Amino acid sequence: MPLDNAPESKRKFNVVGTRPLRPDGIDKVTGRARFGADASAPGQLVGRILRSPHAHAIIKKIDTSKAEKLAGVKAVITRDDFPDHTGGSGGLYDTLCNVMAREKAFYEGHAVAAVAATSASIARAALKLIKVDYEVLPHVTDVDEAMKPNAPLLHKDMFTDGVDPKPKKPSNVARRFEFGHGDVEEGFKKADIIVERSFKTEAAHQGYIEPHAALASMGPDGSAELWCCTQGHYMVRDVCSQLLGIDIARLRVTQSEIGGGFGGKTTVFIEPVALALARKANRPVKVVMTREEVFKASGPTASTSIDIKIGVTKDGMITAADGTFRYQGGPFQGCSPAEFGGMSAFAQFHLDNVRAVAYDVVANRPKTISYRAPGAPMANFAVESVIEELAHKLGMAPIDFRIKNAAREGTKSSYGPTYGPIGLGATLEAAKNHPHFKAPLGPNQGRGMAAGFWFNFGGQSCVTLNIPIDGSITVSVGSPDIGGSRASMCMMVAEELGIGYDQVRAIIADTSSLGYNDVTDGSRTTFATGMACILAARDAMKKLCARAAATWGIPEDAVTWEKGYAKPAGANAGNFAPLSLKEIAAASPGTGGPIAGHHEYSADGAGVSFATHICDVEIDPETGRSQIVRYTVIQDAGKAVHPSYVEGQFQGGAVQGIGWALNEEYIYGKDGRLQNAGFLDYRIPVCSDLPMIDTQILEIPNPGHPYGVRGVGETSIVPPLAAIANAVADATGVRFTQIPLSPPRVLKGIEEAKKAGGKKAA
Amino acid sequence: MRYERPTTLKAAAQLLAKEKGQAFILAGGTDLLVRLRTGFIEPDLLVDIKGVSGAKEIKKSASGFKIGAAVSGAELGEHAALKKAWPGVVEAANLIGSKQVQGRCTVSGNLCNASPAADSVPALVAAGAKAVIVGPKGKRTVAVEEIPVGPGRTSLKKGEIIESINLPARPAKSGDAYLRFIPRTEMDIAVVGCAVSITLDGKGVVTKARVALGAVAPTVRLVPAAAKALIGTKMDKAALDALAEACSAACSPIDDKRGTREFRIKVAGVLARRAAVIARKRAGGK
Repeated sequence: MPLDNAPESKRKFNVVGTRPLRPDGIDKVTGRARFGADASAPGQLVGRILRSPHAHAIIKKIDTSKAEKLAGVKAVITRDDFPDHTGGSGGLYDTLCNVMAREKAFYEGHAVAAVAATSASIARAALKLIKVDYEVLPHVTDVDEAMKPNAPLLHKDMFTDGVDPKPKKPSNVARRFEFGHGDVEEGFKKADIIVERSFKTEAAHQGYIEPHAALASMGPDGSAELWCCTQGHYMVRDVCSQLLGIDIARLRVTQSEIGGGFGGKTTVFIEPVALALARKANRPVKVVMTREEVFKASGPTASTSIDIKIGVTKDGMITAADGTFRYQGGPFQGCSPAEFGGMSAFAQFHLDNVRAVAYDVVANRPKTISYRAPGAPMANFAVESVIEELAHKLGMAPIDFRIKNAAREGTKSSYGPTYGPIGLGATLEAAKNHPHFKAPLGPNQGRGMAAGFWFNFGGQSCVTLNIPIDGSITVSVGSPDIGGSRASMCMMVAEELGIGYDQVRAIIADTSSLGYNDVTDGSRTTFATGMACILAARDAMKKLCARAAATWGIPEDAVTWEKGYAKPAGANAGNFAPLSLKEIAAASPGTGGPIAGHHEYSADGAGVSFATHICDVEIDPETGRSQIVRYTVIQDAGKAVHPSYVEGQFQGGAVQGIGWALNEEYIYGKDGRLQNAGFLDYRIPVCSDLPMIDTQILEIPNPGHPYGVRGVGETSIVPPLAAIANAVADATGVRFTQIPLSPPRVLKGIEEAKKAGGKKAA
Repeated sequence: MRYERPTTLKAAAQLLAKEKGQAFILAGGTDLLVRLRTGFIEPDLLVDIKGVSGAKEIKKSASGFKIGAAVSGAELGEHAALKKAWPGVVEAANLIGSKQVQGRCTVSGNLCNASPAADSVPALVAAGAKAVIVGPKGKRTVAVEEIPVGPGRTSLKKGEIIESINLPARPAKSGDAYLRFIPRTEMDIAVVGCAVSITLDGKGVVTKARVALGAVAPTVRLVPAAAKALIGTKMDKAALDALAEACSAACSPIDDKRGTREFRIKVAGVLARRAAVIARKRAGGK
């Protein structure tokens, strides 16, 4: 059956678009669900990791002899237990250096040794007996400081890529990227008004509730098993086996239920350490991070420094947009999302002249990893702040200014490709017509908006669908479910086969059961793995028809599938009563054995996604405290498979953006140590901080998916930073160029503006 | 680590006095258990005082209220008479932690942690609360502000335990209030805290006042100059301005991850003014 990729926008759906209960719901609310730390194995040991107290230091010597002699200690490992199988450079080598420090500790919290012991208290005591001889080096944590010529250098062999000629002097700038088209200098000449501003954003953590946890077991024959919470257990398998030098097929990884990931669980931290400990101790070892370790030694997102310059004509047409994006990504090259920041910054505009230059910068902070639309929120904050300011200077309503310059079908995007059908204009128009947009504001309140973009991703998926004799269906997918995707997979299979949702169950299969599946990231799973489910269902459908054909003694192509039944394709095919899926399944042992559907591929055609957010904020002018009083998310979902989970993604992204905009930040002391490694002082929003986040789903079908689905998980975190900053500017008359908009910063801005006697930037 | 649950304070004091290693008192445990789990402390002895007779009781008498050392925040919040007499103290105690924490946490523990940001302490200080202390050498009673001497340090000697926190009886036309500044709405720690307790005469003139500040100095601070700004006034704008100024002047805060020095000084005055207005309303003033 050929794939018809034309979106069935006029198709009447039976299951897709409804809101059934999620299959994992009861387990999660009753405590039956098993998360990472719930795994256990006979004879398991407690693994704990010794971490560097220094932001930057040469590790001269590690003496583990005393720890090894402590009763109850079964293994102690250091860099010496991780011989290099990676070839000594590249991303895999950097991962090796990050999971266990080699020559240098690059940040406070960098792993330097680990122990496995019979109890947590023995493990803790053993860590204290390990003596590490450090030579402390000067450190740098700020991105602008790290780029200065005299900054402490992290790597003597880092020569900026992407610069011609390649510099002869090493620096902390790993790479320069440039995107755009046209001629910005010429464009600025045509401008009547130009606004140019510099911005800074602090690093934020994904703040998932579940700390990283892994249980590893490795037999004397070299076969290993790993149970862990991750967004991609195939990635964990491949990376761990390569770091440990074992055959990929020898390591079987099972993914636990996941207590949040948001991009933060798309790499390995403790998993190779747990495996190395298990190998050395010859016993299963469980490693669970503390919250402090999660903050200091997992992968937050980048801190940034951004310059934006945009020019417009008097009638509100943008003539040129130029930006410089400096992203600090921790100690290794290629980790900061500078590239995505530069690519996404101006993606919501139709521009003749645009340039984005982005720098990937290293510093003495934890190795960053993805956080929901990695790189885009910071760039959007800077760009959409300038857009709002330009609209005010033009005397034009910001919404009309955005509509006038919005990217549309056929626009050559700022990062290269030309857009197909996109939903940006629709979200902007919907915002303009939304009751929120016209609602009156109270005293000390302000309103802001922003539009945001995310690319979305397809990638590799492999799905198997099995039909047992009672006609119930198990869909085995290899994409960890981090946002309700099991429900969506079941819905798409039920839709395709014309059966009920309750007849289908989805499981996340381990790495030995299916072919490779990419990490659940890039908002890919409902799109790409979902499409694989549809195609696996079509494969099964073909086989079901074949069984019916054999039963009736007619050719296979004379049978068609309709609403859960095999039927003769027409009158001349014969007069047979339709056979239901259940009937065919019940007869299967005698008609050729088990019936299964399968699909494996690498999906293209993930449609880009746009959103417009509206935010009302109230400021206490005497304390600088912000309260979000109303918030609306309007986003294009292509086709919402399960609207409640789509709304949940809209709301969740908005809330994480609100936290990032208002109070979340990595705070470093002069010693390069993180000062707020806990939820007390790393302030994510609590329920009572928030209004109910209102949502509006728009459906502009994605031509790359049979139902028109677009990924929805990430775009929602892109506009909040700017929407809130614009609302605060509206409420206070002060344009803030640095986030978080913490009360001391806002109060200072208000007081300074008062002294200056009017509006200003802070 | 040993765990003991004595039934008298005398026995508890003896256990603590005899212990050669690290000994800690366990009442609510909302701070202790967190420190224990994170490996911040490694106790040799835990003395649980929840089994001590009277430790879980609130006693009302003519001289005021006696709050046993193991009474939880939630129990304070459910005590109608206490809430009526000292609403500021109860609201301060009820701000600590979450609902779950409220079921365990105690004001004695909050006091003995000696955090400058402790929510209940400024309210207790403004209320003129006294701590009754039992030790190897007998009983003594001190003003609560004398217990903390620096962040994490108290004036309690080895073997000494707080038996109760005593609040005085309330004259007519009295009111108290506590406000704290936090960036969020709950589950947070005070960046600045301020408690005001006042008594009015028949004409609405302040006859007695006590004002205390939290999180602006190494210990919670009683601010006599702030009280002076209110006494003898009807709390008009000039008096409230003077109050705010006195509170800001009394601050010696630091810049840290929770706020800047400048911010704390300014907000101390803002909170004082707002808390004073609430206290006046509770005292039956306009």
